[in-house]
Amino acid sequence: MKMLINVPETVVADALRGLAAAHPELTVDVENRVIVRRDAPVAGQVGLVSGGGSGHEPLHGGFVGPGMLSAACPGEVFTSPVPDQMLRAAAAVDSGAGVLFIVKNYTGDVLNFDMAAEMAEDEGIQVAKVLVNDDVAVTDSLYTAGRRGTGATLFVEKIAGAAAAEGMPLERVEAIARQVNENARSFGIALSACSTPAKGSPTFDLPPGELELGIGIHGEPGRERRAMMTSGEIAEAAVEAVVEDLQPRNPVLVLVNGMGATPLLELYGFNAEVHRVLAQRGVPVARVLVGNYVTSLDMAGASLTLCQVDEELLRLYDAPVKTPGLRWGV
Amino acid sequence: MLDAEFFRRWMAATAASVDREAERLTALDSPIGDADHGSNLQRGFTAVVAVLEKEAPGTPGGVLTLAGRQLISTVGGASGPLYGTLLRRTGKALGDAGEVSEEQLAEALRAGVDAVMTLGGAAPGDKTMIDALVPAVDALGDSFAAARTAAEEGAVATTPLQARKGRASYLGERSIGHQDPGATSSALLIAGLAEAAGE
Repeated sequence: MKMLINVPETVVADALRGLAAAHPELTVDVENRVIVRRDAPVAGQVGLVSGGGSGHEPLHGGFVGPGMLSAACPGEVFTSPVPDQMLRAAAAVDSGAGVLFIVKNYTGDVLNFDMAAEMAEDEGIQVAKVLVNDDVAVTDSLYTAGRRGTGATLFVEKIAGAAAAEGMPLERVEAIARQVNENARSFGIALSACSTPAKGSPTFDLPPGELELGIGIHGEPGRERRAMMTSGEIAEAAVEAVVEDLQPRNPVLVLVNGMGATPLLELYGFNAEVHRVLAQRGVPVARVLVGNYVTSLDMAGASLTLCQVDEELLRLYDAPVKTPGLRWGV
Repeated sequence: MLDAEFFRRWMAATAASVDREAERLTALDSPIGDADHGSNLQRGFTAVVAVLEKEAPGTPGGVLTLAGRQLISTVGGASGPLYGTLLRRTGKALGDAGEVSEEQLAEALRAGVDAVMTLGGAAPGDKTMIDALVPAVDALGDSFAAARTAAEEGAVATTPLQARKGRASYLGERSIGHQDPGATSSALLIAGLAEAAGE
């Protein structure tokens, strides 16, 4: 597998140096791996910190800036960051109003953020946590680690970021983040496996005539493998899985997300099919995002996230945002 | 009796075997995880050896506590907190003694494994590192070599199990038929213990 890298050991640091060069409005600590909006801490505002493995760009570093995250901690590729990074991030963005950790439900992320929260509280920083677990491909049960956190992370970070920007207190920002997560569901499809720099070859074997339904964002295989389907058939499967679980009564935000290697031509076509199926099911659409936002390196495929919104959530979603990966209203 | 030097040898032996086996661990992690277990642990144990050379604590408890903290600070993923907690809690259970007996080590390691079970919420049979560590601790009363054998057998025995914790659990039945990478690396840790004891 050919990759535009130097050596696998430095891919994350190299990417951070590049992010810093492209975005002087961010403070990028390459050595300690913390990305902070340059004007942090913002007086009177709750700090929003997220993070997770690298390889999902623009998540999370690309979502740092006014109206969204205050700081992000990138881990190694597909590996959770370590508590030291989160503690540094929390200290950098805490204005005294407290810090919200936005954590995707993966065991590593949960454990490291839990440890960081304890350490931060020891240092007198007030911390709240919200767990994102929107992936309907994984059934909830007492015997598993629970649903994965995937595409809904973008909506949680955007909407909670707007709440923080309005100066809402920590409990309120946390409640809104939870509300977004509870109203969001996702489903992913892989047309190819991704290749991690460390391994240099696809992480699982997906024959040309087949696809994986219900994939996560770490190159892990999905729940089911089927013969290749058309965009329309995939949209039907994805919308059905999400809508059956969410049972939306209000308008939804739609995220048609590319996994990294699928061109926009295909994503827009898929979006058309998603809209066709949503219309058939009578689900009203409030806003739509199409693009690569929560990626999985060079995986081909897409994920669909729907987030049911009321007036307040929609207002916060529409509020100005200025980050490398998401920008409007400014 | 076992002194701080013994525990440094244990960490060094584990680091060396993780180095040797990194590719195999990553290969085991490919079909059911995300293909980084080997490189993550390699980074962590390399850092452990480096910090022990720099600080060289004088007690067994000090060595393990420092090693555990270093793993938490460098590994990431689930392995960092889980392995870090295992060593840190074992170290704390050993206290400030300059030397400890094999029985004390066995007891402390049991406390460490209990802490890992609490943190990760895993029980024996969930296809995790616990499946190597629990039998190893049970066998530690006999000899270090017996513990090594028990850990290796425990790791192999994870193959037919369905994962119920961690990333492999998302595969459901498709996790069956693969040996758990965490149990495999845990067996390396216990093998390092036997190696440090010259067994």
